[in-house]
Order: sequence, then C-alpha cells, then structure tokens
Amino acid sequence: MTTKIINGIEIKRENIFKKIPQVYYFLVIVTILGITLDQVFANGNILSNPVILRNILVRSVALGIVAVGQTFVMIGASIDLSVAYTISLTAVMTSLIIQGDPARTPMVIVIVLLTGAFVGLINGLVITKLNVNAFIATLGTGLVIKGILNGTFSSGSMGSVPKSFQALGYEGFGPVPYSIILLVAVLLIGWFILSSTKYGAHLYAVGGNILIGRLSGLRTSRVLIGAHIISSLTAVLAGLFIVSRLGAGTPWVGPDGIYDLESVATTVIGGTALSGGRGGVFGTLAGVLIFGVIDTVFNQLGVDTYLKMVLRGAIIILAVASYSVRSKREAA
Amino acid sequence: MSIQVEKPTSTSMLDLLANIWAWVRKIPPVYPIFLLVAIGVSQLNPNFATVNGIMAFIRRAAPLVILAMGQLFVLASGGFDLSQGSVVTLTIIGSALIMHNHEEYTYLAIAIMLGFGILIGLVTGFVVAYLKVPSLIATLGMLLLVKGGGLYWTGGAPKGYLSEAYRFIGRGYIDNVPLIGRFPVSGIVLLVVATILIILFHKTNLGKQILAIGDNAQAAKLSGIKVRQIRMIAFMISAITAIIAGILVGGYGGSSYTAGEGYEMQSVSAAVIGGVLLLGGKGSVYDVAFGGLTLEAMVSLLNLLGLPKPYRDAVQGLIIIGAVAYAGLRTKKRD
Repeated sequence: MTTKIINGIEIKRENIFKKIPQVYYFLVIVTILGITLDQVFANGNILSNPVILRNILVRSVALGIVAVGQTFVMIGASIDLSVAYTISLTAVMTSLIIQGDPARTPMVIVIVLLTGAFVGLINGLVITKLNVNAFIATLGTGLVIKGILNGTFSSGSMGSVPKSFQALGYEGFGPVPYSIILLVAVLLIGWFILSSTKYGAHLYAVGGNILIGRLSGLRTSRVLIGAHIISSLTAVLAGLFIVSRLGAGTPWVGPDGIYDLESVATTVIGGTALSGGRGGVFGTLAGVLIFGVIDTVFNQLGVDTYLKMVLRGAIIILAVASYSVRSKREAA
Repeated sequence: MSIQVEKPTSTSMLDLLANIWAWVRKIPPVYPIFLLVAIGVSQLNPNFATVNGIMAFIRRAAPLVILAMGQLFVLASGGFDLSQGSVVTLTIIGSALIMHNHEEYTYLAIAIMLGFGILIGLVTGFVVAYLKVPSLIATLGMLLLVKGGGLYWTGGAPKGYLSEAYRFIGRGYIDNVPLIGRFPVSGIVLLVVATILIILFHKTNLGKQILAIGDNAQAAKLSGIKVRQIRMIAFMISAITAIIAGILVGGYGGSSYTAGEGYEMQSVSAAVIGGVLLLGGKGSVYDVAFGGLTLEAMVSLLNLLGLPKPYRDAVQGLIIIGAVAYAGLRTKKRD
C-alpha cells in the first residue's frame, strides 16, 4: 500500500492487488498445478488443445450461473437450497411445453422465467414473513418441487427441444459459444447490480446486520425477497442451458448435478461469507473455475470417479480452510 | 386461618384453570403435534394403536430418532452436520465388506465402524473448530469424502452380505417380553442411546456448554469454556449416532449404497420439529426424540392416505416449513 500526504492528511492509496479476491491466487495455483500434473502424468493436452480450455468454461456455465444467484442470497445472509429442483422444474417444463416446436421458444422462456420468479417469491415470503430459517424454507420448497416433478413425470418421454434451441448449448458467435456469452452476461449484470445500484448496497446492508438495516429504514423483507427471486431466476437460466445441452428435460438433472450444495461451496470458496454482508460475483466465478479446472485435470489423469469425489470433498474443505483458518471469528 | 381457606370457589377454579393454561402453554408444540398425527394414523390403520403396531413403529423410527438426537448436539452448538447420511451408507457397505459373509466377523465389523465414526467426527470437528471452516461447508466436504471413500473402498457396488446377527439388531424382535409380548432390538438400542445422550445433554456440563457456545461462542470462550474441544465432541457424537443408525438401517433394509441418502436433511428437520433453534442455543433431547417420531409418523400418515412416494416428499416439505413457521411464531410472541 502506498501513502501520499496532501496538506498534511495521509491518503492511503489502495494497492490494486488488494482488490483482487484472494480466491484468484488459489485459482492460479490450482491451474498451474493441474497443467504440471497433466504434462507429467498425462498427454499434456490442457495446454496444447484449445478445445479443452474452452470446455472448462462450458462445463462451468450451468454452475456459474446458479452460483451468481446463490451469491446474491448469501450476501443477504440467506441460502437457497431449492436451486437444484428449480433447474429440474425448468428443464422439464421447457421440453414439455416446447414439444420440439421452435415457434414456442419465446413463450416457453417467458413461462419458465415467471415460474422461477414465483418460486423465488415463495422462498422469500416464507423466510421473511413466516420467519422460517432459510435453510429449512428452501429445503422445504425444494422438496415440494421434487415431489411434484417426480410424481407427475416419473416415466415416459417428456418431449424434446428443437434443434434451434440446442444452439444455446452447442453453437456460438464465431469461436465464442453462446453459453459463455450467457455466463458472462449474467456475471456482468450481477456485478453491476451489486456494485452500482441502490439495491446492491441495501443487500449488503441487510446481510451485514439485518437489525441495523431495518432500523435505518430499509425494507429488509423486500430486499431479501428480491435476492431470492434473482437466485431462482439464475436457476431457471441454468436449467434452460442444461436442457439445451441434453435435448430433453428430466426431473433429476438438477439434483444429479448437486447444483444446490456445489453453488453454496463455490460461493463460499469465492469469499462470500455464509454469515452474509461480504462477497461478490467475481470471487464466485473463480470458485466455479477452480471446480472446472479440477474436473478437467481429473479427467485428463483418468482419476477414478469415486476418488474424484473424495478429492473434491478434500479440496472444498482445504480451499475454505486456507483463508478461514486466519479468521479470528469462531466458525459454527 | 380458616377464613383464608374458605375463598370463593370460583376464584380458585379460575386460578387453577389459569395455572393449567400456563402449564399447557409451556408444553413444546411437538407433543400435541405428535399426538394429532398418531391419532390420525391410528384412525386410518387400527393396527397402529395396538402394542404390535407401536413396536413395529419404534423399530422403523429408531434410526431417524437416533440420528436426530445426534444432530441436536451439533445444531445446539450452532452448526450443521450434513455428513450423517453418507456415514449411514458407509456403515452399511463397509460392514458388509468387512464381514464378507463371515458370520463371526459381525462384532468386529461393528467395532471397526464405530472406530470410523469417532475418526470422522474427529476430522469434522477439527476442520470446524481449528480450521474454522463453517460446518455447512465442512460437513458437505465430509459428505463427499465419506461417500466417495466408501464407494471407492467397495468398488462402487455393495459387496458381501450383512450377517444374520448383524441384521437382527435392526429388524429383530425379542420375544416373550412380559406384558407387551415382543420388543424390537432397535428399540433397546434407541433407549440406550437416548439415555446416554439425555445424561450427556441434560445432566452434565457438556449440554450446558454446548448451548452456551450455540448462543454466543465468543461469550462462552471468555467464560472459560473450551469451545474447540466441545465442538469436536459434538461432531463426534453426531458421527457415532450416524454409525449406530447405519447399523440399524442396514439391518432393517439390507445392503445398498443409497440407503443413507436424505437422512441428514430428515434428521435436521426432525430436530427442528422438536423445537431446536437452527444456529444454536436451544434444544432438548426429549423434544428432538419426539420430533423424530413425529416425522416418521407423518410419513406413515401420508403413506396411509394413499399418496404416492413423490407426493409424500412434497407434503413433507410443506409440513417441515409449517412446523418451523409455527415454532417461530410462538417464540416471536414470547419476546
């Protein structure tokens, strides 16, 4: 940090490196380590084959989009465990309504977005008006959606999406896949809302200390409900991307991807506190990319599926521990 | 004096009623809810209210009740244990692998699994207490570690069978018990575990210290409580109860590597129905045990109502939200 003295007042100029979320150093370390391992033990394709690098990004799209929404609720000291089933709901509804007809695409997108907003609204209302702990509330709504989906669509085909819809998953604008454009757009919008709007400032205030927020005249309930609607909407976008990749939706696409717990994990790794009030979407992006890099490296090295799960668990713990260990606050 | 004794009876009646009302209001909501659900179940299925029906119900509910009581120790200290379900699965597939169809290895397998439980609890507790990783993340990591480790160990599919002696613990009955006829072995396990946990939580300092940590960890630390050690003990208790529940689940349902799925969420829900405050500071083993029984009875009720399994999930979700909302409204009024 450099200091400058103007008229006897010490002005501290923030070091630019201090603005980079800590997690990016971790991302760099993981990437270098991964590339080294790949060079030594595998065919070294990560560096030489650009397709693999691009696939790291594409693989991160769904998780990245959900994690942006999760970042919003977690900054507000809440949590959203219903995202996995919101993703499934979107995937099933999309392929069910569209039935392979490209003309229905805009209508479907509007319907699923409205449904997502409704799920978020319910989450937010249950948490703020019924005073139900967010963990239980969103777990409950997730169970409700899961039950309805599994009960209604347990068997049989559920339609499929048209070729034009699959473009979102497979095609791109020149060399850049549409999916990555979508992820970047969601990130930028999220970053803009958090850093440059009144709503963003209110969300940080509510997450930091809801009582002080309320006493300073914020409508804390509305702020939190808004965050939950944003979270559900990102889950819908992720669901749309997933169904465009798969071609048809099933009730288990969300829970199979563990999007609920992984979005929480990546957000925490990205530096957003579970207790709220701190964090941002770019930290979360790094968390998501770390997962993407690790997955790719494991695939390159041919690591056993179950061993992968073990290593993933260890990495989640160690990544969070690497900076939580220095905190003076007691964790719980 | 005789004049004071002869108060107008109406006043004393009112006093009495007021006293009863004050006493009734103090009853945790889980007991009337349990009563209502139990009445509902026995209306639909008269078998439920018989001694046999109750014994069968205890046998079925024992694993969840044990898990919920273990979860209480972590919840009351302000944390979560999301690794319970995967520990249940590990217990089942691990025991089957150790026994490898040898009847005589039954107790060896149980001893080894209990050792695993202590180890898992120690690691989780260390990560939370010393590395200061929030328990939601720490136990999620442990979930992946334990599940992946178990599957890697067994090569992805359950190997070997659980011996008869082992399965007897989870599904067997002791016959010719005076008065009630037969009593499930898992009920005995439940009673033993419950007694130990009740003593630990309500009769020793441990419980008070856990509640103090859950209420305000900083204040607890300043008043001389060894916060880190107590947290580790809480996670160890939770993991050991998960191993015991795993033995019962394996006995009741046999070897499968999805056996433990969802138990962590169910045990948190059962504890919350039992009046535990998430993020710590409040809880009772008795109430949580009834929370577990209530949740299990609700599942039976939905079953009897003829709802297909998936819709039962949905209704269960609504019930959990409703129970917590109700508990929340009550505490809010009291403030």
